[in-house]
Amino acid sequence: MLLILLIPLAAAGIALINTGLGRSRNAAHMMLTSLCAMGVAAIVYFAVGFSWQGYLGTAAHVLMIAGKPLDWIATAPFFLRGMPLDGSRASLIALFGMFSVALVAILPLGSGADRWKLSSACISSAILAGFTYPLFAHWAWNGWLAQLGTNYGIGQGFLDSGGAASIQVLGGLTALAVTWVLGPRRGKYTPDRMPLAIPGHQGVYVLFGCFLAWIGWIGLDGAGTILFTSAGSGTVVLVAINATLGALAAALAAAVVTRARYGKPDASLCANGWIAGLVASSAGCAYFRPLAALIIGFIAGALVTYSVEMLELHFTIDDPGGTISVHAVGGIWGILAAGWFTTLPVEENAAAAVARGLTQASQWIAQVAAVATLLGFVLPFSYGIYRLLTRIRPMRVRAEGERKGLDLEELGAGAYPDFMSHNDDLLQR
Amino acid sequence: MRVAGFLFLSSGWLIVVAAVVLLKSAALAGFVLTGLVVQMLGLTLVVRTHVLPHGDKR
Repeated sequence: MLLILLIPLAAAGIALINTGLGRSRNAAHMMLTSLCAMGVAAIVYFAVGFSWQGYLGTAAHVLMIAGKPLDWIATAPFFLRGMPLDGSRASLIALFGMFSVALVAILPLGSGADRWKLSSACISSAILAGFTYPLFAHWAWNGWLAQLGTNYGIGQGFLDSGGAASIQVLGGLTALAVTWVLGPRRGKYTPDRMPLAIPGHQGVYVLFGCFLAWIGWIGLDGAGTILFTSAGSGTVVLVAINATLGALAAALAAAVVTRARYGKPDASLCANGWIAGLVASSAGCAYFRPLAALIIGFIAGALVTYSVEMLELHFTIDDPGGTISVHAVGGIWGILAAGWFTTLPVEENAAAAVARGLTQASQWIAQVAAVATLLGFVLPFSYGIYRLLTRIRPMRVRAEGERKGLDLEELGAGAYPDFMSHNDDLLQR
Repeated sequence: MRVAGFLFLSSGWLIVVAAVVLLKSAALAGFVLTGLVVQMLGLTLVVRTHVLPHGDKR
């Protein structure tokens, strides 16, 4: 219970990071959008989302393929009707889901920063909380992906105790869809496609956000481990050590790489590295040893620095918060790494898995199946739905609103009324 | 091309799902990797169609 209550700190950290990495003229808008998106997500999840996610033991729709069950959607009652909210496992999963979906909802805001309308971001949160997240979370934690081991003899089923797939990669791929639909910020690219630097306005928010996210992640990984695996509460020690080592190694790797490439460590990329380390260590946090977390984190931190540059420079993807690199790329790396580094067999269904010849390769196939599902279902679905939405009602603010800032355009007042702007805020683009 | 890219992404996923549900051992790994390759093709197409054209001033 205590671990679940730490999860909102992860959301607070991400909101601060997104705000700090955006322009000063959009700061209040970003924080308010984060709150509104979390509110919409939690309400929609309470209304319909949880009923489709369900929990182990709840009723579900099952497809029978070649005589084997493929559990694809739960059928719990809407509005948590009939559920005793008394600290039972089911009620804790509902609470965990409500906080997690709030976190997922604010991840794409970092990519859509400085140009995404408040109302459109709220609609996006509703879709995430009402459909995408519950469906994938069901598959990953108690549906067909989780049952790959027991039903199809593939490893021990998909392993994702901390939500690297259901929360991080899902949010990161949604962010990619949002970025493609919105397009880059005005003035980001020259006519010959060269990106211009638009630095974040508040490095302290970004770095303080990392501290908050660290605490929140320990809660997220720890609660996920206890709720979705058969591990006992003592495993939380291992989970906390793995999360911490993953984050520290990733931040150091980002510092080393940016120092080597640019002459000085880059604060925003180190912050991105820190979060990427937390993300990458989430999938197998309860299953691998601390040395593995260190290696996974180090690679995630280095990977994210190259990914940020590649997306911006070669693919003209304008992602101010680095969400795609941190959560999608870092998360996919973490999911695949969990297949390699997990010490098998894990406690759950161990005897049955060993009896049918469990191998590291078969576990890796289970992890690959989850990545394929994210790329083949979440990305096309999110992109299609946002394309449709922006045709009905543009998701992006008008050009003049983007120039003067979303604080003034949508809220009517700036975040820092007493301070003179010192950058490009008053320049006509 | 963009639509084709997304179709490749979904098709690759369906190949992987069909493989894990219907196949065993060696054939399974082969088909799963094939599904991934199809997805990578799709992702490449989708990414390329979203790259800003030269002369686009935003």
